[in-house]
Amino acid sequence: MIATVAEKINLLEMNGISKAFPGVQALDDVTLHIRAGTVHALMGENGAGKSTLMKCLFGIYAPDAGEIRMNGEKLHLPDSKAALQSGISMIHQELHPVPYRSVMENIWLGRFPLRGFWPFYFVDGKRMRRDTEKLFKELDMDIDPETITGKLSVSKIQSLEIAKAVSHNAKIIVMDEPTSSLTGNEVEHLFRIIAELKQRGVAIIYISHKMEEILRISDEVTIMRDGKKIGTWDAKELTTDLIISRMVGRDLTQRYPERSNVPGEVVLQVDGFTSSFPKSFRNVSFELRRGEILGVGGLVGAQRTELIEALYGIRSLASGTMKLHGKPIRIRRPVDAIRHKMALLTEERRVTGIFPVLSMLENTVIANQKRYQTSYLLLEESRRRKDTDDSIERLRVKTPSAKTQIRYLSGGNQQKVLLARWLLTEPDILLLDEPTRGIDVGAKFEIYTIIAELAAQGKSIVMISSEMPELLGMSDRIMVMSEGRLTGILDGNTATEEEIMKHAAQHTA
Amino acid sequence: MNVSIQRTKAFVTDYAIYIVLAVLIIGITLSDPSFLSLSTLTNILHQNSTKAIIALGAAFVLITGGVDLSAGRVVGLSAVVSASMVQLADYPRKFFPELDTLPVIIPVLLAIAAGLLVGLINGLIVSKLHVPPFITTLGTMVAVLGINSLYFDMPPNSSQPIGGLRPEFTKWGSGTIEIGSFNLPYLVIIAIVVAIVCWVIFNKTRLGKNMYAIGGNVQAAHVSGINVSRNLLWIYSIAGALYGLAGVLEAAKSGGASNNYGNMYELDAIAACVVGGVSTTGGVGTVPGVMVGVMIFGVINYGLTFIGVNPYWQLIIKGLIIVAAVAFDIRKYLAKK
Repeated sequence: MIATVAEKINLLEMNGISKAFPGVQALDDVTLHIRAGTVHALMGENGAGKSTLMKCLFGIYAPDAGEIRMNGEKLHLPDSKAALQSGISMIHQELHPVPYRSVMENIWLGRFPLRGFWPFYFVDGKRMRRDTEKLFKELDMDIDPETITGKLSVSKIQSLEIAKAVSHNAKIIVMDEPTSSLTGNEVEHLFRIIAELKQRGVAIIYISHKMEEILRISDEVTIMRDGKKIGTWDAKELTTDLIISRMVGRDLTQRYPERSNVPGEVVLQVDGFTSSFPKSFRNVSFELRRGEILGVGGLVGAQRTELIEALYGIRSLASGTMKLHGKPIRIRRPVDAIRHKMALLTEERRVTGIFPVLSMLENTVIANQKRYQTSYLLLEESRRRKDTDDSIERLRVKTPSAKTQIRYLSGGNQQKVLLARWLLTEPDILLLDEPTRGIDVGAKFEIYTIIAELAAQGKSIVMISSEMPELLGMSDRIMVMSEGRLTGILDGNTATEEEIMKHAAQHTA
Repeated sequence: MNVSIQRTKAFVTDYAIYIVLAVLIIGITLSDPSFLSLSTLTNILHQNSTKAIIALGAAFVLITGGVDLSAGRVVGLSAVVSASMVQLADYPRKFFPELDTLPVIIPVLLAIAAGLLVGLINGLIVSKLHVPPFITTLGTMVAVLGINSLYFDMPPNSSQPIGGLRPEFTKWGSGTIEIGSFNLPYLVIIAIVVAIVCWVIFNKTRLGKNMYAIGGNVQAAHVSGINVSRNLLWIYSIAGALYGLAGVLEAAKSGGASNNYGNMYELDAIAACVVGGVSTTGGVGTVPGVMVGVMIFGVINYGLTFIGVNPYWQLIIKGLIIVAAVAFDIRKYLAKK
């Protein structure tokens, strides 16, 4: 590895940053010091506050308290533009280039070099090309500036984003899970670019879950947990085990309801589930029992959502079989799954869950319309109304009325409506994908209580969760996935966070 | 005080289109009090009945988040198809000289079926080939004009306007029922019946609920077990059938047909829908809203001509109302976010 030109003084100081959202203290007095020409890894479980901290740095969130200083000077960052101008760039996990335009147009977007005189300004294509070539040469990148961006591989687009950051004269580049969609060779290329950036004195804040990667390229590691900074260490002093124990070492502070469910006979048997996409899940087999809560743990990229959506017929399978009550079944579309008494609460509530402009009532009964149909093909309004009112009462949904558009309800109440939607279909198997994501603490407990009640009634529940305490507090068994593979099924009563984390990190080299 | 201002604001926002309609009527009446009469009402209703039926068809598609540009040309197709088969036996330039006198219902059903077929094709292209509705219906709009013109150009007709329609047919377009001293046009009754049927479909059937759901969030609709493509097939087909019916009635009303019938009607229909509160992004819209939207344009057309406003000025006023109505309506969604 190339030696760093690290200086003693801090390039960036984030001092005492705090940020609260309704119901959550996302950041609590966090201090982060970054030196020029170093790679500084930022680690922590999902929800530890890494992204919130970076969003404060990038001007997306305004911190409630604390200050940000660059080279000793206090920065005021009202928006991302201000952050860019101060020399802070961010390479997002998901890249958003303009796909149909050329590479160089993407790099200089919003600041095209112009020539001509008022009012006849034209984009100076030649200069843009020259500047782009120069930039790519410095970074040892081999891309034709006039290539249509959409034709490039993910890795090339990513290096493009990095080049763009450099062209902004970035002194600090934040990389959020930059290797999550790269192959081995592409990762090497990225690391070469990072080494080049370090030599130029650029500091890199590197967010990743991949231990080996972190230990290999970072100079310093800061670990966060529950919105607090645990500490900063020299990467040389750390090992994978040390990182894991510092990431998870926490008491179970959140409370979970008493569960009285008793897992019974096997209801669903899944054998050799393999996605038709090579980088997704493969060869996953498990069984689900009556009245059981089966937690599914793993890190970002473990392909848990993909697996569960394949069960429900949204994603396609290359191979694999499933048996329901011992009988083989095939599910190709959500309609099939619903017929087999399955229900899916999706992870992205706004994208695949709610109908924002429809009323709470319509949102509640939508999956159950068949049952309200009379022989004249008309819907029986009184029963739709009654089921909605019952749901409001049963799940304690707080809504001004059943006619209120669902977009005006809080996240927790929207989630309850979605749960109600599926409960009306009287499912035997509930697939819950991050059921408490983005919900405040009080509503979380209510959702946990509902889940526990359902299991006690004999319903089988698969619950994906990225929150360790939630998995440990709610599951009878915990199935852990890593990079598309099943790496272990643990007993929910005896498992520890360290165990889950070890299994989750097994294939994330 | 503050609360009452807020309430007034909410009232104005919620009932904006009704207020616009009322203001128009009051304004025109102030300018010429004789505007306010039963015959004005009958005339406006009669003039706008077919437009209402087309607008309802367009509303089905708009609420799913699509748009149907083929409406006008389908009206033209079904007008020509129906007219070509209901000419008087002794009419000199008959479209089908050898054709016996058919029961009126047969050409009517054939013409509606032609509309339905175009709608079905639209639905298939949108739901199975995933071509955006705008492009799909742009394509069928152009192609349907071609098909209609080929048919219209067949010898011996050779693109002559079709005339000499039988009174059993034309009475549906121009006949009235006497209620006391009041003559209620059949057309108005048909439009009201269609509106009621549409209201029932929108509000009381699974198809209607699914239509709102698809327009509201197509991915969530899929996850909720709604068969999106089958529902879209139904919706585009119903829309096509409604344009077909409107075409038949246009032919009956005018006592003839040519391949240019219905030209640009889709734009009037879409304008009436959006002014009536149908969201072009889908998921929102009501039958009464669409009806008021149609009536606003009906009152503008009739009323402004009645008080002698220059027709070119009428176009400018219509254009302003379309944009203003949507700019106002969209505030409902922006402000509360």
